Amino acid sequence: MTDLTRVTAAALAELLSTREVSSVEATRAHLDRIEAVDTDLHAFLHIDSDGALKRASEIDQLRADGHEVGPLAGVPVAVKDVLCTIGMPSTAGSKILEGWMPPYDATVVARMRSANLVLLGKTNMDEFAMGSSTEYSAYGPTRNPWDRERTPGGSGGGSAAAVGAFEAPFALGSDTGGSIRQPAAFTGTVGVKPTYGGVSRYGAIALASSLDQVGPVSRTVLDAALLHDVIGGHDPHDATSLTDFWPSFAAAAREGAEAPSLKGVRIGVIKELGGDGFQKGVNDRFTEALALAEAAGAEIVEVSAPHFEYGIAAYYLILPAEASSNLAKFDSVRFGLRVTPEGGGTVEQVMSATREAGFGPEVKRRVILGTYALSAGYYDAYYGSAQKVRTLIQRDFAAAFDRVDVLVSPSAPTTAFTFGEKTDDPLSMYLNDITTIPANLAGIPGMSLPMGLAAEDGLPTGLQIMAPAREDVRLYRIGAAFEALFAQQWGGSLLDQLPTMAGMGAERATVGAPAPAPASVLPVHGAPEPGFGTEPDGGTR
Amino acid sequence: MPEQQVISAEQVQHLAGLARIALTPDEIQHLAVELGTIVDNIRKVSEVATADVPATSHPIPLTNVFRPDVVGEVLTNEQALSGAPESADGRFKVSAILGEEQ
Repeated sequence: MTDLTRVTAAALAELLSTREVSSVEATRAHLDRIEAVDTDLHAFLHIDSDGALKRASEIDQLRADGHEVGPLAGVPVAVKDVLCTIGMPSTAGSKILEGWMPPYDATVVARMRSANLVLLGKTNMDEFAMGSSTEYSAYGPTRNPWDRERTPGGSGGGSAAAVGAFEAPFALGSDTGGSIRQPAAFTGTVGVKPTYGGVSRYGAIALASSLDQVGPVSRTVLDAALLHDVIGGHDPHDATSLTDFWPSFAAAAREGAEAPSLKGVRIGVIKELGGDGFQKGVNDRFTEALALAEAAGAEIVEVSAPHFEYGIAAYYLILPAEASSNLAKFDSVRFGLRVTPEGGGTVEQVMSATREAGFGPEVKRRVILGTYALSAGYYDAYYGSAQKVRTLIQRDFAAAFDRVDVLVSPSAPTTAFTFGEKTDDPLSMYLNDITTIPANLAGIPGMSLPMGLAAEDGLPTGLQIMAPAREDVRLYRIGAAFEALFAQQWGGSLLDQLPTMAGMGAERATVGAPAPAPASVLPVHGAPEPGFGTEPDGGTR
Repeated sequence: MPEQQVISAEQVQHLAGLARIALTPDEIQHLAVELGTIVDNIRKVSEVATADVPATSHPIPLTNVFRPDVVGEVLTNEQALSGAPESADGRFKVSAILGEEQ
């Protein structure tokens, strides 16, 4: 019998619709997989076994009774812990929300429930999505399925690792500066940051409101498209939600894969996002991807984006500024932790003691930085200037998209780094964010899909595709074409090459996989923190 | 970093007060150094942020997002209080809002 954890969401949906398998079987298979590997990986913060099986059984019954259940009915899905879920704790990876049960569902979660998807549980993340390695989760880091001494990226390392390790066919993530795309690159999976406003953020615990977007995490472009079709579209609960009519992304993905051709597609290569400072294996795979595209009929055009070099600085100002405001809601009054100082205190003292105890070091750093950037006398020089840089970066994109249909770059300058690796190398840390941040600053959609393994370390690399705002459909059409071209070249998907998977769980010690990093290597929440420029994650999202 | 831009421990203490985080003296010392480095790295935004460049606060411009002035879907009192650390008589309960010196 087919291993139900290895098939794509699209294939699983097909098996379910023809009733070859039941949702209970599919759900149980994934729960068993989680049971087998997640003690090691720690992709999940909460696993809702009972709830998932109960829901799966209900969906099977609905189908048996002849109800119209929808194309994805019965397929399991994982949810990043930044999203509010009724019946499951929602912590955003923070101690200040430990055990918090939201009284409402995020719109994207409600839409998945309406589409009869089965929610498996909540995935790990850097605290409030501040980080790019999942090392800043207050509940301990997630390991990369390709090499457990390495991070899966972040902040959505949990969703990416869960999908990459076959614990879920697909998942939801959120992307403020690359938190969907960079983990996708690090784990050999697919991740999409939609156009700003394309997917509702109601019920997504906000990090930086002018940057955050919720999006799909998957193993194939089509699966991402199927999930995007479910969660996307206007939501009156979110004032920034666009009222656009969106075409079927799944149809676009199918079209792109059908006859994998890039004939007539103008692909822009951003000069500033590659070359020096990027890992050789990443550059090599990227060059090959461009050659592949050219052979498939694409026209490759070099474009320049001179203001991208200011993107990281602008991002470091805008994100902390907005985060310091958004996180003011954690005041020990309405939800979450309350810590009362010895001998009691005023509400203000209780709030200060609560936030001291409940926030991790990275969150404190960014809240204080944001408070600084917004304070009188500095606002214009910092936050105001950063907003001007956004305009300049948007102009760079506009000029580029005048000449090309999509832009491409490596999704990240390196492959997955090891726990604590970025500690001594601030420059590479900065560079690690440079590829993904511009899309958030400009509000445009971006996708990462696997583009092969780096020769020097055998780890996945990601190809980032970016399209103009509201043109998410191009990502799916062109992304699916790339995916099909890669598959022809590799004779399968990249995850087929995942070396340690067969060995994960009971027999893992026998397959030469590195043992889990010693506990001393892993950052422990509350341990003395490295400073900015020396932290493990790039410290930006 | 240039000396005039060093962020002092006193400044961090002040910012922590504004941000309502009761930092320890050790954290304050650490942050003063870290923030100095950060600010040194991010101030380059002002190099290109000239007066003729308009600011972008929202990546996809939207104006006047309204909804009809009717009661929407809202939480019940019970739901709203369900996550509160402390509540009484259907309200959030907090400790004294004024200290002795106030």
